[in-house]
Amino acid sequence: MIGALGSALMFQAGYNAAIAALGSALFGAAAGAVGTFLFLRKRSLVSDALAHATLPGIALAFLVMAFLGGSGRWLPGLLAGAALAAITGLFAVSWLTHHTRLSEDAAIGAVLSAFFGLGVVVLSLIQTLSVGEPAGLDGFLLGSTAGMVRSDVVTIAAGAVVSLIVLFLARRPLALIAFDAGYGEARGYRVRGYDILLMGLVTAITVTGLKIVGLVLVVALLIIPPAMARFWTDRLGVMLAVSAAGGALSGYGGAAFSAAAPDLPTGPVIVLLAFVLFFVSMLAAPRRGILARALKARRFELAVHRRQGLLALSHDEPIYDRLTLKVLRRAGFVRGDGVVTAEGLVAAQAARDDEIRRITGERLFPQAASGSVLDPLDVRYTPDEIAAIERAVSERTLGQPEGAA
Amino acid sequence: MTVGSSEAMNAPLRIALSLRGMTVAYDGKPAVFSLDADFVAGRMTAIVGPNGAGKSTLLKAALGIVPRVSGEVSVFGGTFEEGRHRIAYVPQRASVDWDFPASVADVVTMGLYRGLGLLGRMRTEHRRRVGDALERVGMQGFAGRQIGQLSGGQQQRVFLARALAENAELYLLDEPFAGVDAATEAAITEVLKGLRDEGRTVVAVHHDLSSVAETFDRVLLLNTEKVAEGPVSDVFTEAAIHKAYGARGGVALNPIGGVVRAPET
Repeated sequence: MIGALGSALMFQAGYNAAIAALGSALFGAAAGAVGTFLFLRKRSLVSDALAHATLPGIALAFLVMAFLGGSGRWLPGLLAGAALAAITGLFAVSWLTHHTRLSEDAAIGAVLSAFFGLGVVVLSLIQTLSVGEPAGLDGFLLGSTAGMVRSDVVTIAAGAVVSLIVLFLARRPLALIAFDAGYGEARGYRVRGYDILLMGLVTAITVTGLKIVGLVLVVALLIIPPAMARFWTDRLGVMLAVSAAGGALSGYGGAAFSAAAPDLPTGPVIVLLAFVLFFVSMLAAPRRGILARALKARRFELAVHRRQGLLALSHDEPIYDRLTLKVLRRAGFVRGDGVVTAEGLVAAQAARDDEIRRITGERLFPQAASGSVLDPLDVRYTPDEIAAIERAVSERTLGQPEGAA
Repeated sequence: MTVGSSEAMNAPLRIALSLRGMTVAYDGKPAVFSLDADFVAGRMTAIVGPNGAGKSTLLKAALGIVPRVSGEVSVFGGTFEEGRHRIAYVPQRASVDWDFPASVADVVTMGLYRGLGLLGRMRTEHRRRVGDALERVGMQGFAGRQIGQLSGGQQQRVFLARALAENAELYLLDEPFAGVDAATEAAITEVLKGLRDEGRTVVAVHHDLSSVAETFDRVLLLNTEKVAEGPVSDVFTEAAIHKAYGARGGVALNPIGGVVRAPET
């Protein structure tokens, strides 16, 4: 299987497998990009209701097409049914939230399960009716790229590309509204309109991904890549790119696995790959990752020991803490035998000045910035704030009686 | 010399924002009721009133952020839609999630989005406007900083800079001094007075009664309905404050610790 996977990853598993992998990658990228805005607007869960609501649409579309005398498996027809049902589900959530006292999460739960239940019932009905060719319909539940043909891939790629273009055009208002909807409304953007546009994009992505990831898990590709990308960056543009790349990588890898082991459902493999990326990011991402935060906490600890040690030196107080002594020795402020060096004396005086400014800053600006309180002043404060601190410090120093230092 | 006397000489006054018969209700309970108010162009007006008096609601309803039950809004004598682009709005700092992936410059740039349109590209001119706005609020060194790493006062300055980048004529600010330190309060006050001196109009929801007289030219006292409106020296009286806040003592009115000033006469 390893050999098969290798060849699938390298586009050598045949034409269909190669285009299926490309289509999945494109879809993953679009899902990651659209999902970023969904994530930032804090509406991720709605997409779950939307995805589950597609099932009755697929089943009913199949029935209609089968009765009209076909196999019932024409993909654009099935996807149109899915989209209609998804939009109905979306309206149901919106109506329940606005016209009853139900909160949105309760409305999502009710709509999600009711639509999914209806879909399963209709699917079972189809199996007993013997119309059309229902074999493979259940592939929409968990996704399957194994049986995909060129026209399927074209449909999926078209959906992904159109979604990406619309997203690119609307990126500024979508970002602005996700950050500050009230300001957006005041600026003349129709917030409700853009929310509908975003839901439209989510619907398009969901429907596009049904064949690949399946409706049960498609929502994962809208949520996991943005959550993964958030670890890496504090900039929206970078987050979009990282999220899209993560989605593409997962989609591509999942389809390749599927080609190597056709019995594996594609959706779960894609989602697991996305989760691996998420997990690695959570651990290893610089600054926001768990390891980076632990390192930061350790650096802060050392900085505190250094400051405390230097303050003790400046006050001629004994130091008992082993870590503090170690930090001071390593910096060359204290000799092995415990005698303070010349550098140590200079540093102690500087630490004392810094400490006065830190305390003054904390007192003047209690609404402190995040980050370490031992960061330099110009990292934490604006020029006029620093001026205010210096004024307060000099007033304090001048106000002291002679010889108090 | 008071603003009131100069107003009397230069009548009639130009009105930047006019509200007529405005009522806003949440769940059937009016937050603002049948309000007529005129905000004079080129002046700084404070909207003052107790908690829940409808101060923020007034701004949001005037801007169409929350729906009005009734009422007309006009901007510089024209309709709201005609004048919308002349207004800059500064929301409450607490109304957004500051963990949003954006830098200080990104947020200020949002003030330019309307002018950029869907396809417009950021040019040197736009970057200069962002830089100027940041410099005006004393934050030029913070352009690349993630907004979540700022102090409360610094975040408020960023919001103000975004409004400055819009280059508007009428500035509507919702509690610009809430929870900010003294240096930021001074910096913001200076910027707002600068705007006023350039002939722009400033309207701010304000909660610190003790600083109304020294910062603002005019005041609108509000408690769901209008209590008083006019130059600070004429209408910001003990009696009017008591009427707005109920029959409570003047000192108790201000939880910050200041004392309500005797209005200058």
